[in-house]
Amino acid sequence: MLIQAIEGVTWTLMLGGVFFAVVGGIGLLRLPDVFSRMHGAGMTDTLGAGLILGGLLFHSLAGTLLLRIAEHPEEGLRLNGVEVHAGDGLVAFKIAAILAFLLITSPTATHALSRAALLQNVRPWAAERKDKSSND
Amino acid sequence: MIFGAVMIGVLVTMALALARAIAGPTVFDRILALNTFGTKTVLLISVVSFLYGRPSFIDLALTYALMNFIGVIAVLRFSQYGHFGETESDAHDVAIDDESL
Repeated sequence: MLIQAIEGVTWTLMLGGVFFAVVGGIGLLRLPDVFSRMHGAGMTDTLGAGLILGGLLFHSLAGTLLLRIAEHPEEGLRLNGVEVHAGDGLVAFKIAAILAFLLITSPTATHALSRAALLQNVRPWAAERKDKSSND
Repeated sequence: MIFGAVMIGVLVTMALALARAIAGPTVFDRILALNTFGTKTVLLISVVSFLYGRPSFIDLALTYALMNFIGVIAVLRFSQYGHFGETESDAHDVAIDDESL
């Protein structure tokens, strides 16, 4: 019962992450200019990566805890079709480190990118449309 | 099962980012697509490490996340200034050092 609940939470988190990643990817391909495409890319970088890595983090943390309270730890434990190891606590810590690093660097990179684009006179799509309609 | 599904989804996103990198049209679109592609590579390595039961792959993902950020900033600097931050005087100093040797 507990195992099914943990697997359900992992499924929900990771499928949510995949949804946001694919939607952001479609936005990256279909939106009209570089500034609006940053919105799609930002969605894959924060919500997509956050939920997928959150699901992995939850999986490994819950797996280690279950293995610790199990009556027969030597029998091993399978979660989401994957063997759980005693050293998964360290894996969880590394995933948390990746997550924290991505959450810091990804907005920084997007900020630097939009600044560089503005400095090199890339006009936002909305501003160009406004100019066009006022000229008409 | 779930890890395989997530891997396929991440691969689809990587393909979309790659299509944007090829289509351009400005250099900033390409850098943005490169950044997204790198982040998705980190996710792909993490998921694959669980799928195949190899925890050591997580270290590769961590390293890739660090390198990806530095790479994007370096390419941005290069596209903005045409060099990696070295100045005229730096080049001059190197020339003098060569003479003294």
